[in-house]
Amino acid sequence: MGEEEGVHQTQLLDTMFVRGLKRKCFDGEEDVEGTLAGIKAIPSYNLQRQSLLDMSLVKLQLCHMLVEPNLCRSVLIANTVRQIQEEMTQDGTWQMISTQSTGQTSLDRLVSTDILCRSSREQAEGKHVPGYGTLSKDFEGDEGQDSSETMSTASSVQAPRNLQGNVWEMENPQENKGNFQKSLDQIFETLENKSPNSVEDLFSEVDNSYYDLDTMLTGMMSNTKMGHCDGLETFSSPTNTASNSNCKSDLNELDHIVEILVES
Amino acid sequence: MSHKQAGGPAGESAADWCLYQLNGAAEFEVSEGIARAAAMQASPHCPANVPQPSSEEVTSGADIISTVEFNHTGELLATGDKGGRVVIFQREPESKNEPYNQGEYNVYSTFQSHEPEFDYLKSLEIEEKINKIKWLPQQNAAHSLLSTNDKTIKLWKITERDKRPEGYNLKDEEGKLKDLSTVTSLQVPVLKPMDLMVEVTPRRIFANGHTYHVNSISVNSDCETYMSADDLRINLWHLAITDRSFNIVDIKPANMEDLTEVITASEFHPHHCNLFVYSSSKGSLRLCDMRASALCDKHSKLYEEPEDPSNRSFFSEIISSVSDVKFSHSGRYMLTRDYLTVKVWDLNMETKPVETYQVHDYLRSKLCSLYENDCIFDKFECAWNGSDSVIMTGAYNNFFRMFDRNTKRDVTLEASRESSKPRAILKPRRVCVGGKRRKDDISVDSLDFTKKILHTAWHPTENIIAIAATNNLYIFQDKVNSEMH
Repeated sequence: MGEEEGVHQTQLLDTMFVRGLKRKCFDGEEDVEGTLAGIKAIPSYNLQRQSLLDMSLVKLQLCHMLVEPNLCRSVLIANTVRQIQEEMTQDGTWQMISTQSTGQTSLDRLVSTDILCRSSREQAEGKHVPGYGTLSKDFEGDEGQDSSETMSTASSVQAPRNLQGNVWEMENPQENKGNFQKSLDQIFETLENKSPNSVEDLFSEVDNSYYDLDTMLTGMMSNTKMGHCDGLETFSSPTNTASNSNCKSDLNELDHIVEILVES
Repeated sequence: MSHKQAGGPAGESAADWCLYQLNGAAEFEVSEGIARAAAMQASPHCPANVPQPSSEEVTSGADIISTVEFNHTGELLATGDKGGRVVIFQREPESKNEPYNQGEYNVYSTFQSHEPEFDYLKSLEIEEKINKIKWLPQQNAAHSLLSTNDKTIKLWKITERDKRPEGYNLKDEEGKLKDLSTVTSLQVPVLKPMDLMVEVTPRRIFANGHTYHVNSISVNSDCETYMSADDLRINLWHLAITDRSFNIVDIKPANMEDLTEVITASEFHPHHCNLFVYSSSKGSLRLCDMRASALCDKHSKLYEEPEDPSNRSFFSEIISSVSDVKFSHSGRYMLTRDYLTVKVWDLNMETKPVETYQVHDYLRSKLCSLYENDCIFDKFECAWNGSDSVIMTGAYNNFFRMFDRNTKRDVTLEASRESSKPRAILKPRRVCVGGKRRKDDISVDSLDFTKKILHTAWHPTENIIAIAATNNLYIFQDKVNSEMH
């Protein structure tokens, strides 16, 4: 499908990421998409970085298909994504396209772990297409990465509500989709539809308070028991909760669970 | 008993390792589970050097060894596997008649330690894989060990029974009550020898202590307490009390969205019962003193090496994550393993390690591929030898590496059937990175990344090492060591 290309990309990425930004001539180098010729030995650093970002998001997505995600691995991948985002923000290449989704408020902070790791089993269940195939399409109009696509705001760091990395969501990958943000928008929409007011929290999945005596006594545990996993996905804490007390935030989380359950 | 140490006096070459034993069925496909039982059922007196192909396949992967641990004398060797089983090997005592057969590790006991569970609340399976085994110091005739999976720690007691009472008055040989009219005289029951029977019983079950996955357990030098660490918390338990534990480290942020660092390993100091260390995914070590406060969130010492700016990449943090930490036997040093190196830290120096050894630096240019196939997240263990002069760790392609701290020499050896003839000395291996290539060298691109040696153990006093290669257990011994008896 695009797996060969995917593998080739990582080989190229390997040379790129060895030491910082050193560019090296790659042996037996072939153009990735046929558009790179002679002038550049390898795809631009931005593309490389983009590819790594997409790969990381795919990994975060996939990790939720496992029995229980390896927390260390998830944290490391999430940190990598943040690193890339920070750099892209500083470069000014972090672009936010005016979304066609509902006028959601943008979060003026870097993507937090929960967003990155938001799992959507309902999506994962439907689509198991590995994302690498479509990644390669992103390189089509590659250099456009740096040139401006319409940007809403350059200064503030726009954090999407949900970075599912659902590159594979784009069943018909469009040209010039090198821009990461476009895929984010699609993700936004799906998230918005699912849980309008809460930010998904990957780690809250595993973080539950059922060892907490209070929550057990309140009997909320029985409400959260369920046979399928969807409800657990939405075990989340609102981002504006400045609760210092674990118990309090846990109860808030449970409120949300119940809320969501009731809605569904 | 020989105490020859690898390396020896300066000038001597490093120890010559040779395969002593190999337990485990032949690997037809490394990725598929093959019955280890075939080898286990081999007669205890048959040297297990002969590979025993199995005829049937068990559930795939259940035989993959997930932990290896010698006990404090080295007489016993325990392995845990992905299927929740523990196999204990016992070393045959020396025999003057057959000096070359002594020291063989034979199966002593096999038992099912953990079963798969289902967490109904989270709708998630709890794997039965044994993450760690730690032996308790022996205090009487029985042996005890702790084994843990992701959630539950169990204390097992291993006892031997080689006598049984005979001659009861009221019961017959099968234990049925006798017809009293047939009893005409009284006898005193006597103990008669019987075939050795090894009994393993679960004495304690320490459950519900962890929300996250337990990655380490460590028995305290006080022999009364032990700690268990998961991704975010460390608990202190008393060996006799199962219904409560003390939380001594908690790095869970109030808002899980802020989580950027997890605990990867932890260990008690071998001599000071108040000190322990834990490592993090960001490559730092924290030494904590339990006398300072009940909750040891504030470290006493923080060991961290500043990043090398010339090596910086997006993978810097991932490869700096410490996968294992081990105190030296002396208690003076700590050994850490991250993805590409092993480092020796002096407890008195927090700013940087005193020694750094490259395990497989040739992978530095392959990090992106290794990230893609998840190999970059592999957690390798490390080990000290008895005298703290040599350190060992595993790598890919069934290679393992040893570093002599005194001579600064290192060697790469391979644990594979083809390259290990019984009693033949292992030949050092070399990975070539391009450029000049010698015969028998392996190029980086032909390394098999599915064959990884994550778990290794070194006998506490002798030059005997146990290497777990997927579902096979290799026991290597220093040739000189084995010949000195």
